[in-house]
Amino acid sequence: MKQTMNFKLNGKQVSVAINGDESLLTVLRDYLDETGTKYSCGLGQCGACTVILNNQTAQSCMTYVDQFENADIITIEGLSNNNELHPIQEAFVAHDALQCGYCTPGMIMNAYGLLLKNPNPSREEIISGMEGNLCRCGSYNRIVDAIESASEKIFKQQ
Amino acid sequence: MEADKINQLYFSDVNQPIRYDRRKFLKQLGRGIIVIFSLSELSLLEGWSQPTNAQDQEIDFNAYLRVKEDGRVDCYTGKIEMGQGIITSLAQALAEELEVTLDQVDMVMGDTKLCPYDAGTWGSLTTRFADPVIRAAAAEAREILIEIASEKLAEPIENLEAANGSVYVKGNPSRKIDYAALTKGKKIVRSLTKKPELKKAEDFKIIGKSYNSTDAEVKVTGKAKYSADIKLPGMVYASVVRPRIFGSKKIAVDATALSNFNGAKLIEDGDLVAVIHREPEVAAKAAQSIKITWDTPESKADNESIFKYFEDTVTQSSVFEEGGDLEIGIQNSEKILQADYHDGYKAHASIETHCATCYFENDKLTIWASTQTPFGTQKELAETFKMPLENVYVKQIFLGGGFGGKIYNLQAVEAAKIAKISGKPVQLVWTRREEFMYDRFRPASLLKITSGVDTIGKLNLWKFDIYCAGTRGTKLFYNAPNNLTRHFNKNDAHPFGTGAWRAPGNNTTTFARESHIDATAHTIGQNPLEFRLNNLKDENMIAVLKLAADTFGYNSPKIEGHGYGIALGEDAGTLVAIIAEVKVDKATGEVHPIKIVCAQDMGQVVNPHGATVQTEGGITMGLGYALYEEIEFDGGLVKTRTFGNYPFTTFSKTPKITCVFMDKMNSAPQGGGEPAIICVGGAIANAVFDACGARVNRMPITPKRVLAAMPL
Repeated sequence: MKQTMNFKLNGKQVSVAINGDESLLTVLRDYLDETGTKYSCGLGQCGACTVILNNQTAQSCMTYVDQFENADIITIEGLSNNNELHPIQEAFVAHDALQCGYCTPGMIMNAYGLLLKNPNPSREEIISGMEGNLCRCGSYNRIVDAIESASEKIFKQQ
Repeated sequence: MEADKINQLYFSDVNQPIRYDRRKFLKQLGRGIIVIFSLSELSLLEGWSQPTNAQDQEIDFNAYLRVKEDGRVDCYTGKIEMGQGIITSLAQALAEELEVTLDQVDMVMGDTKLCPYDAGTWGSLTTRFADPVIRAAAAEAREILIEIASEKLAEPIENLEAANGSVYVKGNPSRKIDYAALTKGKKIVRSLTKKPELKKAEDFKIIGKSYNSTDAEVKVTGKAKYSADIKLPGMVYASVVRPRIFGSKKIAVDATALSNFNGAKLIEDGDLVAVIHREPEVAAKAAQSIKITWDTPESKADNESIFKYFEDTVTQSSVFEEGGDLEIGIQNSEKILQADYHDGYKAHASIETHCATCYFENDKLTIWASTQTPFGTQKELAETFKMPLENVYVKQIFLGGGFGGKIYNLQAVEAAKIAKISGKPVQLVWTRREEFMYDRFRPASLLKITSGVDTIGKLNLWKFDIYCAGTRGTKLFYNAPNNLTRHFNKNDAHPFGTGAWRAPGNNTTTFARESHIDATAHTIGQNPLEFRLNNLKDENMIAVLKLAADTFGYNSPKIEGHGYGIALGEDAGTLVAIIAEVKVDKATGEVHPIKIVCAQDMGQVVNPHGATVQTEGGITMGLGYALYEEIEFDGGLVKTRTFGNYPFTTFSKTPKITCVFMDKMNSAPQGGGEPAIICVGGAIANAVFDACGARVNRMPITPKRVLAAMPL
């Protein structure tokens, strides 16, 4: 029996009919066609599916209805403002902090969550805050550089 | 989503290719100047292009470019982009010769209808072989544009030059005509049959300059489409029922529990058993309810006994290289050193698992598949369904990493079979557990080396027996006059699928060779740098090693508990020297990489920034196989099924990495995607020995193995 549930996605209210045991990742990708958030491990071990849920990072593959119903969710699609890139996205482009790009949305959302909590992290804090996100192409050092420069920019603006 | 819209989903934000049948493509292609070219005609690589079909000459080409009526340029190539950056570097090569800016080039890649045949994107071949022809075609197009401008401007050709997307009168830059005006209303098709005049390095404006990836913006916004991001109208999700043990054969299927899942449907085709449903999680749960009785193969070896199993059962060998006389080598050596080296199975572990989305329409199959070989996939699917090649359309798509693992496309065949049987559009995304079983692993290997050296440190003897790792990169670049390299192999040696893994075999053999060279130097008390410099054959390799040592500061004093390690290697035409600094915790055996310097002679470096990113990436990935990665198994029972028990390099494990390149701008470009990774294992092993005296002959170099090898 399907139930309708609501949450806020990238600033807009959405209603979705679900069975009740789907992960947020399935709801986003397969029910709402928001495919920027990626599947990779399904066990919360890689960070590819990271989104922001009520201002906290969440692994959407391990997030279920009791956590996301009525929540405020931001995904990679909601980060840029119209065509203007978010400073973290800009920094990823400037530092070429990506290769195949598949882990990139999760990396950027985790960085976004990290900077929400700690707008001016040290390099060590960035590394420990990002540790759970895996990149097989090996762009880690560039990603840390990008987050460092984005945080400087965001911190100055504040 | 509208069907028409679906067909526009390529790199939709990067470019907008046109949809046409490939055979008709040139006929139907809009106006502009089109230059088609074949690699085989230019004799760049025998056997590279599709065999010529006399009836259909026009498909015998490997790439083409088109200067469009708006002055922009499309470059069509069968290569694919998986993070290695050729979407940028190939465009650079084109822009350089055609005298346009990089942002005027649209790359159309790996689409079986739009792009000409390509054997696959692997082997670090793109820059070596596609780059020169794209440059040649662009140079040809430039000459055609100058010819047309000559008529329009009523000036002789020799008075004209091309620059910035226009043709100018030399010395009078106000008299010019841009490419858009020259191509308007025209359709000129030329095939490239001779090598046109190419620019010299000193005239380069774009080649040799650093450019960031041109596809970065679609990737940071989530707009970049991968195969599982395609959602078709009426599409169902498939979930395949897998055995616990690789190689099992189906005996009986009990699907009685399937009725608990409303709308779930069973699909059976030989050993393929799957469930489809409109919702992916229902499909997965319903698949778990299916009970299959399997006939399972018996285990012949596990991850510990596999090396002995190879030695006992893989007895057929072939000689790869030999010289001199091994007996004389033994007689002339003061010290003989014999050692065995081991390397376990490794997964590709791309962050994107194998996936495919497809549909049949009137016996024609359209598929988005995460593949490094779109044309190979097309052929495999055509053969599976016994249909003509042109009825299978493999569409251009981004790949979430490949590393050799996506040369093989079982998921595409499975998805297409399910679509055919069900009559519905299908998406199949392998779970991480499936990925760890059906990924074709990098093979485990046993390597046996005997070396001999005289009192002054000259290598006299080198005997290298390689089990199952191949011979890529093993041509001896050390001067050992009495040598023998043999390869032992057997097709069914492995309990599961194996295949190409970034620089196939070369990571393993380079680890063994460079560990053994180091150990040999130490038997006579020589510094490993000096020992290598004294025994290298090739001046270019010596130059690369010196560049690495200087950049690293090899003779600088070491911190207590730290060690330096060198490894040299050759792959895809590129010479590599890596020097690593590690810290070893003597109490726990943990190895911490501190700093890595990589020097490479890769000939002409088209995009130094792109080459640096590839090198950093290769080294970062390489630390994984060197220190952490190993598949645990018992026969076909693969025990390593999640990232949780397959650790690889993470943020905190990545050291500072410095990349330097020999300046060879007038040489041909060589491989860039693979070479650097081959030296990581050897450099780390040698640095560990230098730090704590533990010679670990088996990768990964785990804390346990370091402690076991630590001198008392």
